[in-house]
Amino acid sequence: MLIKKASDIPSSEITSEHVYRNRRQFMKAAATTLGVTAFSAFLPADALAGSKYDTDEKQTPLENVTSYNNYYEFGTGKDEPVVNARTFKTKPWTIAVSGMVKKPQVYNLEDLLKGIVLEDRIYRMRCVEAWSMVIPWHGFPLATLINKLEPLPSAKYIKFQTLYAPDRMPGQRYGSLNWPYVEGLRLDEANNELTLLAVGVYGKEGPAQNGAPLRLITPWKYGFKGVKAIAKIEFTDKMPLTAWAEAAPNEYGFYANVNPSVSHPRWSQATERRLTGSVLDQLRPIQTRMFNGYTQYVERMYSGLDLRKNY
Amino acid sequence: MIRVAKTIVFLLCLVPFFLLLWGIFVTNDLGANPVETITHRTGDWILRFLVLTLCITPLRQLTGWTWLTRFRRMLGLFAFFYTLPHLTIYVLSLKAFDFKEIAIDIAKRPYITVGFLGFVLMIPLAITSTKKWIVRLGGKRWRMLHRLIYLSAIAGVLHYLWLVKLDITSPARYGIAVGLLLLFRIWTAVRSRQPVTQLSGEVR
Repeated sequence: MLIKKASDIPSSEITSEHVYRNRRQFMKAAATTLGVTAFSAFLPADALAGSKYDTDEKQTPLENVTSYNNYYEFGTGKDEPVVNARTFKTKPWTIAVSGMVKKPQVYNLEDLLKGIVLEDRIYRMRCVEAWSMVIPWHGFPLATLINKLEPLPSAKYIKFQTLYAPDRMPGQRYGSLNWPYVEGLRLDEANNELTLLAVGVYGKEGPAQNGAPLRLITPWKYGFKGVKAIAKIEFTDKMPLTAWAEAAPNEYGFYANVNPSVSHPRWSQATERRLTGSVLDQLRPIQTRMFNGYTQYVERMYSGLDLRKNY
Repeated sequence: MIRVAKTIVFLLCLVPFFLLLWGIFVTNDLGANPVETITHRTGDWILRFLVLTLCITPLRQLTGWTWLTRFRRMLGLFAFFYTLPHLTIYVLSLKAFDFKEIAIDIAKRPYITVGFLGFVLMIPLAITSTKKWIVRLGGKRWRMLHRLIYLSAIAGVLHYLWLVKLDITSPARYGIAVGLLLLFRIWTAVRSRQPVTQLSGEVR
């Protein structure tokens, strides 16, 4: 079984957030102390360096990551999901796989993730509301799962749906978005090396307000692409109508690539406020980068596409 | 007596401001996005003080408590006061003193345009809020000028409404409050005219 219950780990064994955030320095220091620095030259670079996709920018504290969430299923206020998702059960969890795929079926999440190795990736996350965080996600590349599921050659898109359960997700009792939340990617975007399915943050599974048990991460796109509590995955040849594109088509598109030169109709996307837990860091905005700084990994997928029209 | 009451109200009106300063410099507990917290809280207080100010005259007319008017100027000035941190945060932390960007924002983004308009309309009201200015302008003209507060409040509500992504509950509440107060004023204005027409009817 890959998904460990939280109670399996005594709290004394959990790495403190401080040590976790400084784990590279910690490991380097440990290596030096042990006098194995020379030896480390023979280790694969990744062993000490973490993922090559990691950013070394100041990380957003766990407390902020888990208490400031856009997750309308648990309330439209950003401080609501942490409260309303407290009793949300993410186990057991099933995922219905359907559409243009070798074997459409309903899986237990545990079975689906069997044999998949979890890793940590420190990504920037840029919200369409012009704030951003730096978050260490705990998950695995979506491509790994896609390979396992074997979509048919006719499949061009992958469509995700959040769980629909108004009795458990109070926000779904009210009409704000058209429930359930739908997101999607072109299949090449889904198979991109950056695209993750995350089971948690800061090296651990959960919490529910961050999208557990399974959510999408596409760091070069605005945060709303990151569909949470995924219950359905469909392979299709039609571009899915995504939740925000349906709610306000002139403001939110299918692609939602971070782009400082294409304004939201109501506000500029040229700058952002980086949330680091310190008000002083926010006194000045920072420049938003094309594709949120991930151009080298994603640019080629959009050659020939008018990103102004396909926002 | 009224002096004591005024001092108390004055101090109460400052409480939200000091709570913010306390949150920034002492407890550092303004949440993950403190700049947004400051912007939203001061924005809320601007609208609250505008609505409170607009409540004074209808309340006085309904209750006959003339002393209420003694608090009107202070409440109105506090609405203006809370625009200062609200705007400072915008200019400093959202726009980094980039006045070209700010000009573009005002020209191109309706929620900024209308918010800025609401602020600008408050400036002459704040300046002419003294007794001296009432005398200088004359009561009638002064009252005419100060009806601008309704425009300012409507602009403030629109500013909020056009900013939210989806959930309009909160701006709608302010909108309903301002709308009802405006309707009440229109209604009393129309009613107070009726005796005049009746009178002229009798004369004829």
